[in-house]
Amino acid sequence: MTAMVKAEGVHKSFGAAHILKGIDLEVAPREVFCLIGPSGSGKSTFLRCINHLEQINAGRLYVDGDLVGYRQKGDRLFELKDSEVALQRRDIGMVFQRFNLFPHMTALENVMEAPIQVKGEARAVARARAEQLLDRVGLSDKARNYPSQLSGGQQQRVAIARALAMEPKLMLFDEPTSALDPELVGDVLDVMRGLAEDGMTMIVVTHEMGFAREVGDALVFMDDGVVVESGHPRDVLTNPQHDRTKSFLSKVL
Amino acid sequence: MTDKFDKVPGGPSAAAAPVSTATTVAPETIKAIPVRHYGRWISGVVVVGLLAALVYAFSQGNIQWQAVQDKVFDDTVLAGAGRTLLISVLAMILGVALGVILAVMRLSKNPVTSWVAWLYIWFFRGTPVYVQLLLWFNLALIFPVLNIPFIYKDEMTDVMTPFMCALLGLALNEAAYMAEIVRAGIQSVDEGQTEASHALGMTQAKTMRRVVLPQALRVIIPPTGNEFINMLKTSSLVYAVTYNELLRSTSQIGSTSYAVMEMLFVASIWYIVMTSVFSVGQYYLERRYARGSLRSLPLTPWQRVKVNLAAFSNRPSGGVSA
Ligand SMILES: Nc1ncnc2c1ncn2[C@@H]1O[C@H](COP(=O)(O)OP(=O)(O)OP(=O)(O)O)[C@@H](O)[C@H]1O
Ligand SMILES: [Mg+2]
Repeated sequence: MTAMVKAEGVHKSFGAAHILKGIDLEVAPREVFCLIGPSGSGKSTFLRCINHLEQINAGRLYVDGDLVGYRQKGDRLFELKDSEVALQRRDIGMVFQRFNLFPHMTALENVMEAPIQVKGEARAVARARAEQLLDRVGLSDKARNYPSQLSGGQQQRVAIARALAMEPKLMLFDEPTSALDPELVGDVLDVMRGLAEDGMTMIVVTHEMGFAREVGDALVFMDDGVVVESGHPRDVLTNPQHDRTKSFLSKVL
Repeated sequence: MTDKFDKVPGGPSAAAAPVSTATTVAPETIKAIPVRHYGRWISGVVVVGLLAALVYAFSQGNIQWQAVQDKVFDDTVLAGAGRTLLISVLAMILGVALGVILAVMRLSKNPVTSWVAWLYIWFFRGTPVYVQLLLWFNLALIFPVLNIPFIYKDEMTDVMTPFMCALLGLALNEAAYMAEIVRAGIQSVDEGQTEASHALGMTQAKTMRRVVLPQALRVIIPPTGNEFINMLKTSSLVYAVTYNELLRSTSQIGSTSYAVMEMLFVASIWYIVMTSVFSVGQYYLERRYARGSLRSLPLTPWQRVKVNLAAFSNRPSGGVSA
């Protein structure tokens, strides 16, 4: 079985700043893969490399067996065209910390947009599925509202529905609940839990250790651009082996 | 809204009350003497007085009001107003189209196109539009013949008709200003929007068209409306290149009929009519593009009139919640 995501020695720098210093990891299909680590350790950067929002400087990154952002012929790499990169991204959903809903579209239109524009789906088909997805995240009554008329938790659930509308095989979550008021976190986590139960492959950057322990199948602790420790969430969270992991967990737990 | 009222009669006493219906007594409405706004009344009277004096002065001036009345719907005047409208609309369309191209060039990663756009904007914003019009008008002095090899060849004076001078002069100048407006609009859209769109698999072109430009429009439209209203008035400068727009056609009547001021009044009337009509149009356009950015749409002018009237009177305002 090929890994859904496979990273081999991934490096990333912004100018002189070396952010990712050789990341190796594998995410199996249907796995909920949690990524934790202190601020600035490169979690978001790594996530953004997976769908090529950032270009890596060294190493190899595969999604479902395909090289991300490049085509390899012999031992030479060719950059993919804009349209080819877009084609790869169709199968990878992403949910952002700040939601990034399209403010000029209603919740329903946000969810319908990509299937129509990217897949060329018929409006009626896209609308029916968008309504279904909004229902699934518990927002069928908010379909006609603009994002500015929704709470943070509602916006984030619309954002999840928007990503799901493309029927991705992999979902990336970048701290989906850290911009939310505490009482709104639960609704979003419930939706994510439901997704995990349905067998979606998910990579989740999170500070919600409870979620990681309950739902996660694997957990990686990252610090300063390297993977420090990995394993089953229960083991890493209750019995960390490295000092850096211990000191991080003592601060967040 | 409603729960505010619901909570008032409830509260801790609700448990003590034996019958629930007894507690739902409406709270007593406040009856107070409102503050008297004497200052508003005094300044209002003073301003109205000054206005009356001004009207009186004009009625006593040496003005042939009959001439103004006769000439407002004169065929020549109407034709002039029509040309003003035509040249303004065409110059604006051309200016916007060119401005969008220049803005995209300016933001492009290619340093050559970015620099060319910068140079264009620098020149056309740095020189007065009046000078630019005269430059086009006198082009024949340095290039007597327009010769584009294998494609086109003609006398420059035949190509550079007053209409062409006016159109090029106004449009090329406008493009420089529009370029800056469009660029600011595109840059005002949050980067997260582009990222979200890319992450969904939209190409760069689709992202620009479906996500960035619609949001940029909200920023672009208000100043563009102002630009157009300015254009209506700036177009009077094409008088200089002998294009027969509103100012030129009215002044010609004025100088032959010894009614100079009267004809300037006529011109002013039409300028005001045109700018007023487009201001209203602009207002509703802005309202349309505010969709999604505000929790509720701003008031229409009529709704605002009602609010203003209510603010002036002392009576508590009734149905202005709009
Ligand atoms: N576009 C960029 N240009 C320059 N530096 C960047 C850029 N994006 C991220 N960085 C830097 O890379 C480092 C890692 O950032 P990243 O966002 O990946 O951290 P993170 O682990 O997600 O942290 P947090 O928990 O705060 O979100 C930071 O020091 C940040 O300043
Ligand atoms: Mg981050």
